[in-house]
Amino acid sequence: MLARLMGLFLLGLIRALTGAQARWQGCPPKAEQRIYFANHQSHADLILIWAALPSELRSITRPIAAKDYWTKTPFKQWITTAVFNAIYVDRAKTGDQDPLEPLIDALQNGDSVILFPEGTRGNQEEPQAFKSGLYNLATRFPQVVLVPAWINNVQRVMPKGEVVPVPILCSVTFGAPIALGEGEDRSGFLLRARHAVMSLRDT
Amino acid sequence: MSSFLRNLSPSHQVGLLFVMVFGLLIAASIAALVMSLRDDGDKEERTEDIRELSSLLNTSWIMCTVFWVGWALGDTVATLLFALVAFFALREFITLSPTRHGDHRSLLLAFFVVLPAQFWLVITERFDLVTVFIPVYVFLAIPVVSALANDPQRFLERNAKLQWGIMVCVYGMSHVPALLLLDFPDYSGKNAFLVFFLVFVVQTGMLVQHLAARRWPKPPTAPQVSQTFHWSSWLIGLAVGGFVGGLMSGLTPFKPAQAVAMALIACVAGSLGHLVMKALKRDRGITNWGNEGKSVTGASGLLDRVDALCFAAPVFFHSVRWYFDL
Repeated sequence: MLARLMGLFLLGLIRALTGAQARWQGCPPKAEQRIYFANHQSHADLILIWAALPSELRSITRPIAAKDYWTKTPFKQWITTAVFNAIYVDRAKTGDQDPLEPLIDALQNGDSVILFPEGTRGNQEEPQAFKSGLYNLATRFPQVVLVPAWINNVQRVMPKGEVVPVPILCSVTFGAPIALGEGEDRSGFLLRARHAVMSLRDT
Repeated sequence: MSSFLRNLSPSHQVGLLFVMVFGLLIAASIAALVMSLRDDGDKEERTEDIRELSSLLNTSWIMCTVFWVGWALGDTVATLLFALVAFFALREFITLSPTRHGDHRSLLLAFFVVLPAQFWLVITERFDLVTVFIPVYVFLAIPVVSALANDPQRFLERNAKLQWGIMVCVYGMSHVPALLLLDFPDYSGKNAFLVFFLVFVVQTGMLVQHLAARRWPKPPTAPQVSQTFHWSSWLIGLAVGGFVGGLMSGLTPFKPAQAVAMALIACVAGSLGHLVMKALKRDRGITNWGNEGKSVTGASGLLDRVDALCFAAPVFFHSVRWYFDL
Protein backbone atom coordinates (compact mmCIF):
# COMPACT_ATOMS: atom_id res chain seq x y z
CA MET A 1 0.00 0.00 0.00
CA LEU A 2 2.69 2.44 1.10
CA ALA A 3 4.83 1.30 -1.82
CA ARG A 4 1.97 1.92 -4.25
CA LEU A 5 1.45 5.43 -2.90
CA MET A 6 5.18 6.10 -3.06
CA GLY A 7 5.18 4.83 -6.65
CA LEU A 8 2.36 7.17 -7.61
CA PHE A 9 4.03 10.09 -5.85
CA LEU A 10 7.35 9.44 -7.60
CA LEU A 11 5.61 9.15 -10.96
CA GLY A 12 3.87 12.48 -10.45
CA LEU A 13 7.06 14.13 -9.28
CA ILE A 14 9.09 12.82 -12.21
CA ARG A 15 6.46 13.80 -14.76
CA ALA A 16 6.29 17.32 -13.30
CA LEU A 17 10.04 17.73 -13.29
CA THR A 18 11.10 15.97 -16.48
CA GLY A 19 8.04 14.99 -18.49
CA ALA A 20 9.55 11.45 -18.64
CA GLN A 21 8.40 11.07 -22.20
CA ALA A 22 8.77 7.69 -23.86
CA ARG A 23 9.36 7.66 -27.61
CA TRP A 24 8.81 4.21 -29.07
CA GLN A 25 10.60 4.57 -32.39
CA GLY A 26 11.90 1.13 -33.30
CA CYS A 27 9.33 -1.03 -31.54
CA PRO A 28 5.95 -0.69 -29.80
CA PRO A 29 5.59 -1.14 -26.04
CA LYS A 30 4.73 -4.82 -25.84
CA ALA A 31 4.45 -7.35 -23.04
CA GLU A 32 7.09 -9.77 -24.32
CA GLN A 33 10.21 -10.68 -22.43
CA ARG A 34 12.81 -8.02 -23.14
CA ILE A 35 16.18 -6.72 -22.07
CA TYR A 36 16.23 -2.94 -22.32
CA PHE A 37 19.77 -1.59 -22.41
CA ALA A 38 20.54 2.11 -22.12
CA ASN A 39 23.23 4.73 -21.57
CA HIS A 40 23.98 5.55 -17.95
CA GLN A 41 24.79 9.05 -16.74
CA SER A 42 22.99 9.50 -13.44
CA HIS A 43 21.38 7.51 -10.66
CA ALA A 44 18.12 9.03 -11.81
CA ASP A 45 18.36 6.99 -15.06
CA LEU A 46 16.83 4.06 -13.27
CA ILE A 47 13.85 6.09 -12.07
CA LEU A 48 13.35 7.85 -15.39
CA ILE A 49 13.24 4.72 -17.53
CA TRP A 50 10.94 3.14 -14.95
CA ALA A 51 8.60 6.14 -15.19
CA ALA A 52 8.70 6.20 -18.98
CA LEU A 53 7.40 2.64 -19.33
CA PRO A 54 3.61 2.20 -19.48
CA SER A 55 2.21 0.86 -16.22
CA GLU A 56 1.42 -2.58 -17.67
CA LEU A 57 5.04 -3.08 -18.59
CA ARG A 58 6.36 -1.50 -15.41
CA SER A 59 5.03 -4.39 -13.33
CA ILE A 60 6.87 -7.03 -15.36
CA THR A 61 10.09 -5.08 -15.93
CA ARG A 62 12.81 -5.06 -13.29
CA PRO A 63 15.58 -2.45 -13.32
CA ILE A 64 19.07 -3.25 -12.16
CA ALA A 65 20.44 -1.27 -9.26
CA ALA A 66 24.02 -1.03 -8.06
CA LYS A 67 24.06 -2.75 -4.69
CA ASP A 68 26.59 -0.47 -3.01
CA TYR A 69 24.66 2.73 -3.81
CA TRP A 70 21.05 1.64 -3.55
CA THR A 71 21.35 -0.31 -0.29
CA LYS A 72 23.29 2.40 1.54
CA THR A 73 20.32 3.64 3.55
CA PRO A 74 17.16 1.75 4.58
CA PHE A 75 15.07 4.25 2.58
CA LYS A 76 17.00 3.67 -0.65
CA GLN A 77 16.78 -0.04 -0.12
CA TRP A 78 13.05 0.10 0.54
CA ILE A 79 12.43 2.22 -2.59
CA THR A 80 14.41 -0.08 -4.87
CA THR A 81 12.83 -3.28 -3.55
CA ALA A 82 9.26 -2.26 -2.79
CA VAL A 83 8.64 0.38 -5.45
CA PHE A 84 10.96 -0.46 -8.36
CA ASN A 85 11.24 -4.21 -7.68
CA ALA A 86 14.88 -3.84 -8.64
CA ILE A 87 17.57 -6.51 -8.96
CA TYR A 88 20.75 -5.73 -7.04
CA VAL A 89 24.03 -6.27 -8.77
CA ASP A 90 27.36 -6.23 -6.98
CA ARG A 91 29.73 -3.97 -8.85
CA ALA A 92 32.73 -4.98 -6.77
CA LYS A 93 33.46 -8.56 -7.70
CA THR A 94 33.73 -10.71 -4.57
CA GLY A 95 35.25 -14.16 -4.88
CA ASP A 96 34.15 -16.33 -7.75
CA GLN A 97 30.47 -15.49 -7.53
CA ASP A 98 28.97 -14.58 -10.91
CA PRO A 99 27.69 -10.98 -10.71
CA LEU A 100 25.08 -11.81 -13.35
CA GLU A 101 23.44 -14.48 -11.24
CA PRO A 102 20.54 -12.38 -9.90
CA LEU A 103 19.84 -11.25 -13.47
CA ILE A 104 19.80 -14.81 -14.75
CA ASP A 105 17.33 -15.74 -12.02
CA ALA A 106 15.02 -12.90 -13.00
CA LEU A 107 15.17 -13.75 -16.70
CA GLN A 108 14.46 -17.40 -15.94
CA ASN A 109 11.35 -16.27 -14.06
CA GLY A 110 10.15 -14.56 -17.24
CA ASP A 111 10.71 -10.96 -16.12
CA SER A 112 12.04 -8.26 -18.41
CA VAL A 113 15.09 -6.35 -17.18
CA ILE A 114 16.60 -2.90 -17.63
CA LEU A 115 20.37 -2.98 -17.99
CA PHE A 116 23.05 -0.29 -18.11
CA PRO A 117 25.86 -2.14 -19.92
CA GLU A 118 28.44 0.59 -19.22
CA GLY A 119 28.51 -0.62 -15.64
CA THR A 120 29.19 2.78 -14.13
CA ARG A 121 27.89 6.26 -14.76
CA GLY A 122 29.74 8.17 -17.43
CA ASN A 123 30.06 11.92 -17.58
CA GLN A 124 31.09 12.19 -21.21
CA GLU A 125 28.87 12.93 -24.18
CA GLU A 126 29.27 9.40 -25.50
CA PRO A 127 28.66 6.24 -23.50
CA GLN A 128 31.70 4.25 -22.40
CA ALA A 129 32.50 0.84 -23.86
CA PHE A 130 29.90 -1.77 -22.99
CA LYS A 131 30.79 -4.55 -20.58
CA SER A 132 30.32 -8.15 -21.53
CA GLY A 133 27.25 -8.79 -19.33
CA LEU A 134 24.89 -7.95 -22.16
CA TYR A 135 26.64 -10.41 -24.47
CA ASN A 136 26.55 -13.19 -21.88
CA LEU A 137 22.85 -12.71 -21.29
CA ALA A 138 22.14 -12.59 -25.01
CA THR A 139 23.90 -15.90 -25.59
CA ARG A 140 22.20 -17.50 -22.63
CA PHE A 141 18.68 -16.24 -23.44
CA PRO A 142 18.44 -16.07 -27.24
CA GLN A 143 14.62 -15.83 -27.14
CA VAL A 144 14.64 -12.56 -25.15
CA VAL A 145 14.25 -9.41 -27.29
CA LEU A 146 17.08 -6.86 -26.90
CA VAL A 147 15.79 -3.28 -27.06
CA PRO A 148 18.27 -0.36 -27.13
CA ALA A 149 17.25 2.86 -25.37
CA TRP A 150 18.71 6.36 -25.18
CA ILE A 151 18.05 8.41 -22.08
CA ASN A 152 18.33 12.08 -22.87
CA ASN A 153 19.20 14.98 -20.55
CA VAL A 154 19.04 13.26 -17.16
CA GLN A 155 22.54 14.30 -16.18
CA ARG A 156 21.34 17.91 -16.36
CA VAL A 157 18.45 17.21 -14.00
CA MET A 158 20.73 15.87 -11.29
CA PRO A 159 24.46 16.15 -11.96
CA LYS A 160 26.89 14.05 -9.92
CA GLY A 161 27.01 15.24 -6.34
CA GLU A 162 23.79 17.28 -6.30
CA VAL A 163 20.71 16.27 -4.34
CA VAL A 164 17.88 18.53 -5.49
CA PRO A 165 16.71 17.92 -9.06
CA VAL A 166 16.14 20.78 -11.53
CA PRO A 167 13.09 20.68 -13.84
CA ILE A 168 14.38 19.91 -17.33
CA LEU A 169 12.55 17.86 -19.94
CA CYS A 170 13.90 14.37 -20.48
CA SER A 171 12.94 11.58 -22.82
CA VAL A 172 13.66 7.91 -23.34
CA THR A 173 13.90 6.75 -26.94
CA PHE A 174 13.40 3.04 -27.60
CA GLY A 175 14.97 1.76 -30.81
CA ALA A 176 14.57 -1.26 -33.05
CA PRO A 177 15.50 -4.55 -31.32
CA ILE A 178 18.85 -6.11 -32.14
CA ALA A 179 19.74 -9.78 -31.98
CA LEU A 180 22.95 -11.71 -31.54
CA GLY A 181 24.09 -12.86 -34.98
CA GLU A 182 25.06 -16.42 -35.85
CA GLY A 183 28.60 -16.90 -34.56
CA GLU A 184 29.02 -13.19 -33.80
CA ASP A 185 31.93 -12.56 -31.46
CA ARG A 186 31.70 -10.69 -28.18
CA SER A 187 33.45 -7.43 -29.04
CA GLY A 188 31.66 -7.09 -32.37
CA PHE A 189 28.29 -7.55 -30.75
CA LEU A 190 29.04 -5.12 -27.91
CA LEU A 191 30.20 -2.46 -30.39
CA ARG A 192 27.04 -2.96 -32.41
CA ALA A 193 24.89 -2.69 -29.26
CA ARG A 194 26.64 0.50 -28.20
CA HIS A 195 26.16 1.90 -31.65
CA ALA A 196 22.44 1.02 -31.56
CA VAL A 197 22.08 3.05 -28.36
CA MET A 198 24.07 6.01 -29.67
CA SER A 199 22.20 6.15 -32.96
CA LEU A 200 19.02 6.98 -31.05
CA ARG A 201 20.52 10.20 -29.75
CA ASP A 202 19.70 12.39 -32.73
CA THR A 203 16.42 10.95 -33.93
CA MET B 1 -29.89 45.04 -25.23
CA SER B 2 -27.08 47.20 -23.92
CA SER B 3 -29.08 48.36 -20.91
CA PHE B 4 -29.89 44.72 -20.16
CA LEU B 5 -26.17 43.96 -20.15
CA ARG B 6 -25.40 46.97 -17.97
CA ASN B 7 -27.96 45.86 -15.39
CA LEU B 8 -26.38 42.44 -14.96
CA SER B 9 -24.05 42.04 -12.01
CA PRO B 10 -20.31 41.94 -12.89
CA SER B 11 -20.07 38.21 -12.29
CA HIS B 12 -23.05 37.59 -14.57
CA GLN B 13 -21.42 39.70 -17.26
CA VAL B 14 -18.18 37.73 -17.00
CA GLY B 15 -20.14 34.47 -16.99
CA LEU B 16 -21.96 35.55 -20.14
CA LEU B 17 -18.62 36.32 -21.76
CA PHE B 18 -17.42 32.78 -21.04
CA VAL B 19 -20.64 31.33 -22.49
CA MET B 20 -20.00 33.33 -25.67
CA VAL B 21 -16.33 32.35 -25.89
CA PHE B 22 -17.04 28.66 -25.34
CA GLY B 23 -19.91 28.86 -27.85
CA LEU B 24 -17.52 30.31 -30.44
CA LEU B 25 -14.99 27.58 -29.67
CA ILE B 26 -17.61 24.85 -30.08
CA ALA B 27 -18.70 26.37 -33.42
CA ALA B 28 -15.07 26.57 -34.60
CA SER B 29 -14.35 23.00 -33.50
CA ILE B 30 -17.42 21.70 -35.34
CA ALA B 31 -16.37 23.65 -38.45
CA ALA B 32 -12.87 22.19 -38.23
CA LEU B 33 -14.31 18.71 -37.84
CA VAL B 34 -16.52 19.13 -40.90
CA MET B 35 -13.57 20.50 -42.87
CA SER B 36 -11.41 17.52 -41.94
CA LEU B 37 -14.19 15.10 -42.99
CA ARG B 38 -14.71 16.73 -46.37
CA ASP B 39 -12.80 14.91 -49.06
CA ASP B 40 -11.27 17.05 -51.78
CA GLY B 41 -8.32 15.09 -53.03
CA ASP B 42 -5.27 14.66 -50.87
CA LYS B 43 -3.71 18.08 -51.12
CA GLU B 44 -0.67 18.14 -48.89
CA GLU B 45 -0.97 21.83 -48.14
CA ARG B 46 -4.60 21.54 -47.10
CA THR B 47 -4.07 18.77 -44.56
CA GLU B 48 -1.16 20.80 -43.19
CA ASP B 49 -3.50 23.79 -42.79
CA ILE B 50 -6.14 21.71 -41.05
CA ARG B 51 -3.60 20.24 -38.67
CA GLU B 52 -2.30 23.67 -37.79
CA LEU B 53 -5.84 24.91 -37.24
CA SER B 54 -6.78 22.01 -34.99
CA SER B 55 -3.65 22.43 -32.89
CA LEU B 56 -4.49 26.13 -32.53
CA LEU B 57 -8.03 25.18 -31.48
CA ASN B 58 -6.72 22.70 -28.92
CA THR B 59 -4.57 25.37 -27.31
CA SER B 60 -7.50 27.79 -27.31
CA TRP B 61 -9.65 25.20 -25.54
CA ILE B 62 -7.00 24.61 -22.91
CA MET B 63 -6.31 28.31 -22.37
CA CYS B 64 -10.02 29.17 -22.13
CA THR B 65 -10.60 26.34 -19.67
CA VAL B 66 -7.66 27.57 -17.59
CA PHE B 67 -9.11 31.09 -17.60
CA TRP B 68 -12.55 29.80 -16.72
CA VAL B 69 -11.34 27.62 -13.85
CA GLY B 70 -9.21 30.51 -12.64
CA TRP B 71 -12.14 32.90 -12.71
CA ALA B 72 -14.56 30.47 -11.09
CA LEU B 73 -12.22 29.64 -8.23
CA GLY B 74 -11.00 33.15 -7.48
CA ASP B 75 -7.95 35.30 -8.06
CA THR B 76 -5.57 33.28 -5.90
CA VAL B 77 -6.27 30.04 -7.74
CA ALA B 78 -6.00 31.88 -11.05
CA THR B 79 -2.59 33.22 -10.05
CA LEU B 80 -1.46 29.73 -9.05
CA LEU B 81 -2.59 28.39 -12.43
CA PHE B 82 -0.53 31.02 -14.20
CA ALA B 83 2.41 30.11 -11.95
CA LEU B 84 2.05 26.54 -13.19
CA VAL B 85 2.02 27.72 -16.82
CA ALA B 86 5.14 29.80 -16.11
CA PHE B 87 6.82 26.75 -14.58
CA PHE B 88 6.19 24.59 -17.64
CA ALA B 89 7.22 27.39 -20.01
CA LEU B 90 10.49 27.96 -18.13
CA ARG B 91 11.11 24.20 -18.14
CA GLU B 92 10.84 24.20 -21.94
CA PHE B 93 13.08 27.24 -22.24
CA ILE B 94 15.83 25.81 -20.00
CA THR B 95 15.67 22.41 -21.71
CA LEU B 96 16.79 24.00 -24.96
CA SER B 97 19.48 26.24 -23.48
CA PRO B 98 22.62 24.26 -22.78
CA THR B 99 23.55 24.48 -19.10
CA ARG B 100 26.60 23.25 -17.25
CA HIS B 101 27.07 21.62 -13.90
CA GLY B 102 27.89 25.00 -12.38
CA ASP B 103 24.42 26.30 -13.26
CA HIS B 104 22.68 23.76 -11.09
CA ARG B 105 22.24 25.99 -8.03
CA SER B 106 21.18 28.98 -10.14
CA LEU B 107 18.57 26.83 -11.85
CA LEU B 108 17.27 25.67 -8.50
CA LEU B 109 17.08 29.30 -7.42
CA ALA B 110 15.15 30.20 -10.57
CA PHE B 111 12.61 27.40 -10.36
CA PHE B 112 12.06 26.99 -6.64
CA VAL B 113 12.72 30.44 -5.20
CA VAL B 114 12.31 33.14 -7.85
CA LEU B 115 9.20 31.69 -9.49
CA PRO B 116 7.19 31.13 -6.28
CA ALA B 117 8.39 34.45 -4.85
CA GLN B 118 7.30 36.41 -7.91
CA PHE B 119 3.81 34.91 -7.91
CA TRP B 120 3.55 35.34 -4.15
CA LEU B 121 4.28 39.05 -4.67
CA VAL B 122 1.44 39.10 -7.20
CA ILE B 123 -1.01 37.40 -4.84
CA THR B 124 -0.15 39.80 -2.05
CA GLU B 125 -0.55 42.74 -4.50
CA ARG B 126 2.90 44.26 -3.92
CA PHE B 127 2.91 45.63 -7.45
CA ASP B 128 5.92 47.93 -7.02
CA LEU B 129 7.99 44.92 -6.08
CA VAL B 130 6.42 42.75 -8.78
CA THR B 131 7.83 45.05 -11.46
CA VAL B 132 11.36 45.34 -10.03
CA PHE B 133 11.99 42.05 -8.20
CA ILE B 134 13.29 40.11 -11.23
CA PRO B 135 14.93 42.87 -13.31
CA VAL B 136 16.79 44.32 -10.32
CA TYR B 137 17.27 41.82 -7.50
CA VAL B 138 17.26 38.49 -9.30
CA PHE B 139 19.46 40.05 -11.98
CA LEU B 140 22.16 40.27 -9.33
CA ALA B 141 21.36 37.12 -7.36
CA ILE B 142 21.61 34.64 -10.25
CA PRO B 143 25.18 35.52 -11.35
CA VAL B 144 26.32 35.60 -7.72
CA VAL B 145 25.15 32.02 -7.23
CA SER B 146 26.74 31.06 -10.55
CA ALA B 147 30.03 32.72 -9.63
CA LEU B 148 30.13 30.80 -6.36
CA ALA B 149 29.90 27.60 -8.40
CA ASN B 150 33.43 28.35 -9.58
CA ASP B 151 32.97 27.83 -13.32
CA PRO B 152 33.93 30.84 -15.47
CA GLN B 153 33.46 29.13 -18.82
CA ARG B 154 30.96 31.04 -21.01
CA PHE B 155 29.84 32.73 -17.79
CA LEU B 156 28.09 35.73 -19.30
CA GLU B 157 26.33 33.67 -21.93
CA ARG B 158 24.99 31.13 -19.46
CA ASN B 159 23.76 33.75 -17.02
CA ALA B 160 22.25 35.88 -19.75
CA LYS B 161 20.28 32.89 -21.02
CA LEU B 162 18.98 32.06 -17.59
CA GLN B 163 18.03 35.66 -16.83
CA TRP B 164 16.28 35.84 -20.20
CA GLY B 165 14.32 32.69 -19.52
CA ILE B 166 13.19 34.03 -16.15
CA MET B 167 12.25 37.40 -17.65
CA VAL B 168 10.14 35.91 -20.42
CA CYS B 169 8.53 32.97 -18.66
CA VAL B 170 8.20 34.10 -15.06
CA TYR B 171 8.21 37.89 -15.17
CA GLY B 172 6.07 38.14 -18.30
CA MET B 173 3.59 35.49 -17.28
CA SER B 174 3.19 36.87 -13.75
CA HIS B 175 1.82 40.14 -15.12
CA VAL B 176 -1.24 38.43 -16.54
CA PRO B 177 -2.73 37.49 -13.14
CA ALA B 178 -1.47 40.83 -11.79
CA LEU B 179 -4.07 42.45 -14.09
CA LEU B 180 -6.76 40.56 -12.19
CA LEU B 181 -5.75 42.28 -8.99
CA LEU B 182 -5.44 45.88 -10.22
CA ASP B 183 -7.83 48.17 -8.39
CA PHE B 184 -9.68 50.37 -10.88
CA PRO B 185 -12.31 52.73 -9.45
CA ASP B 186 -15.85 51.48 -10.30
CA TYR B 187 -14.52 48.32 -11.89
CA SER B 188 -14.41 45.77 -9.07
CA GLY B 189 -15.24 42.19 -10.03
CA LYS B 190 -14.73 42.92 -13.71
CA ASN B 191 -10.93 42.60 -13.96
CA ALA B 192 -11.34 39.29 -15.81
CA PHE B 193 -12.45 41.46 -18.76
CA LEU B 194 -9.09 43.19 -18.71
CA VAL B 195 -7.25 39.88 -19.07
CA PHE B 196 -9.70 38.85 -21.78
CA PHE B 197 -9.12 42.18 -23.55
CA LEU B 198 -5.35 41.71 -23.48
CA VAL B 199 -5.40 38.08 -24.65
CA PHE B 200 -8.03 38.71 -27.30
CA VAL B 201 -6.44 41.76 -28.95
CA VAL B 202 -2.97 40.18 -28.93
CA GLN B 203 -4.23 36.91 -30.40
CA THR B 204 -6.40 38.71 -32.97
CA GLY B 205 -3.43 40.84 -34.03
CA MET B 206 -1.21 37.78 -34.38
CA LEU B 207 -3.84 35.82 -36.29
CA VAL B 208 -4.58 38.67 -38.72
CA GLN B 209 -0.86 39.21 -39.26
CA HIS B 210 -0.48 35.50 -40.03
CA LEU B 211 -3.43 35.48 -42.44
CA ALA B 212 -2.32 38.70 -44.14
CA ALA B 213 1.17 37.28 -44.67
CA ARG B 214 -0.46 34.26 -46.31
CA ARG B 215 -2.89 36.22 -48.44
CA TRP B 216 -0.35 38.73 -49.76
CA PRO B 217 3.03 37.02 -49.69
CA LYS B 218 5.96 39.45 -49.73
CA PRO B 219 9.69 38.91 -49.35
CA PRO B 220 10.20 38.62 -45.59
CA THR B 221 11.94 41.47 -43.75
CA ALA B 222 14.26 39.17 -41.81
CA PRO B 223 14.30 35.89 -43.74
CA GLN B 224 16.93 34.30 -41.49
CA VAL B 225 14.62 34.70 -38.52
CA SER B 226 11.09 34.46 -39.87
CA GLN B 227 9.84 33.40 -43.27
CA THR B 228 6.54 35.25 -42.85
CA PHE B 229 7.30 38.47 -40.98
CA HIS B 230 6.86 41.60 -43.09
CA TRP B 231 6.18 45.17 -42.00
CA SER B 232 3.03 45.46 -44.15
CA SER B 233 1.33 42.35 -42.75
CA TRP B 234 2.51 43.41 -39.32
CA LEU B 235 0.81 46.81 -39.77
CA ILE B 236 -2.42 45.13 -40.93
CA GLY B 237 -2.41 42.92 -37.85
CA LEU B 238 -1.73 45.94 -35.68
CA ALA B 239 -4.57 47.96 -37.24
CA VAL B 240 -7.10 45.15 -36.81
CA GLY B 241 -5.91 44.50 -33.24
CA GLY B 242 -6.29 48.17 -32.37
CA PHE B 243 -9.71 48.34 -34.01
CA VAL B 244 -10.94 45.27 -32.13
CA GLY B 245 -9.60 46.83 -28.94
CA GLY B 246 -11.62 49.98 -29.65
CA LEU B 247 -14.78 47.89 -30.20
CA MET B 248 -14.20 46.16 -26.87
CA SER B 249 -13.76 49.39 -24.91
CA GLY B 250 -17.17 48.86 -23.28
CA LEU B 251 -15.79 45.85 -21.48
CA THR B 252 -12.82 47.74 -20.10
CA PRO B 253 -12.33 50.72 -17.80
CA PHE B 254 -10.95 52.62 -20.83
CA LYS B 255 -12.61 55.19 -23.09
CA PRO B 256 -12.63 54.11 -26.79
CA ALA B 257 -9.53 56.12 -27.73
CA GLN B 258 -7.67 54.85 -24.67
CA ALA B 259 -8.74 51.29 -25.49
CA VAL B 260 -7.34 51.61 -29.03
CA ALA B 261 -4.05 52.94 -27.67
CA MET B 262 -3.80 50.17 -25.06
CA ALA B 263 -4.63 47.52 -27.66
CA LEU B 264 -1.94 48.92 -29.99
CA ILE B 265 0.65 48.88 -27.21
CA ALA B 266 -0.21 45.25 -26.37
CA CYS B 267 -0.16 44.20 -30.05
CA VAL B 268 3.20 45.85 -30.77
CA ALA B 269 4.80 44.25 -27.70
CA GLY B 270 3.25 40.86 -28.36
CA SER B 271 3.99 40.53 -32.07
CA LEU B 272 7.54 41.86 -31.83
CA GLY B 273 8.17 39.67 -28.78
CA HIS B 274 7.02 36.70 -30.82
CA LEU B 275 9.53 37.68 -33.52
CA VAL B 276 12.31 37.87 -30.93
CA MET B 277 11.43 34.41 -29.65
CA LYS B 278 11.60 33.16 -33.24
CA ALA B 279 15.16 34.48 -33.50
CA LEU B 280 15.98 32.67 -30.26
CA LYS B 281 14.58 29.42 -31.61
CA ARG B 282 16.53 29.78 -34.84
CA ASP B 283 19.67 30.22 -32.77
CA ARG B 284 18.94 26.89 -31.09
CA GLY B 285 18.31 25.34 -34.51
CA ILE B 286 14.64 24.55 -34.05
CA THR B 287 11.46 25.89 -35.61
CA ASN B 288 9.35 25.72 -32.51
CA TRP B 289 9.83 24.76 -28.88
CA GLY B 290 7.66 21.68 -29.20
CA ASN B 291 8.51 20.41 -32.69
CA GLU B 292 5.24 18.42 -32.65
CA GLY B 293 6.44 15.86 -30.14
CA LYS B 294 9.23 14.78 -32.46
CA SER B 295 12.04 16.49 -30.61
CA VAL B 296 14.31 14.59 -28.28
CA THR B 297 13.38 16.94 -25.47
CA GLY B 298 9.73 15.97 -25.47
CA ALA B 299 8.68 19.60 -25.12
CA SER B 300 5.01 20.19 -25.89
CA GLY B 301 5.32 23.64 -27.41
CA LEU B 302 3.58 25.57 -24.64
CA LEU B 303 6.07 28.40 -25.00
CA ASP B 304 5.16 28.80 -28.70
CA ARG B 305 1.63 29.65 -27.66
CA VAL B 306 2.25 31.96 -24.76
CA ASP B 307 5.37 33.88 -25.82
CA ALA B 308 3.43 36.82 -27.33
CA LEU B 309 1.42 37.12 -24.13
CA CYS B 310 4.59 37.01 -22.03
CA PHE B 311 5.94 40.06 -23.84
CA ALA B 312 2.65 41.95 -24.04
CA ALA B 313 1.55 41.53 -20.42
CA PRO B 314 4.31 43.47 -18.60
CA VAL B 315 4.18 46.36 -21.07
CA PHE B 316 0.39 46.47 -20.95
CA PHE B 317 0.36 46.23 -17.17
CA HIS B 318 2.88 49.00 -16.76
CA SER B 319 1.13 51.35 -19.22
CA VAL B 320 -2.22 50.83 -17.54
CA ARG B 321 -0.80 51.38 -14.08
CA TRP B 322 1.22 54.39 -15.07
CA TYR B 323 -1.46 56.12 -17.16
CA PHE B 324 -4.29 55.59 -14.69
CA ASP B 325 -2.02 56.19 -11.72
CA LEU B 326 -3.10 53.05 -9.86
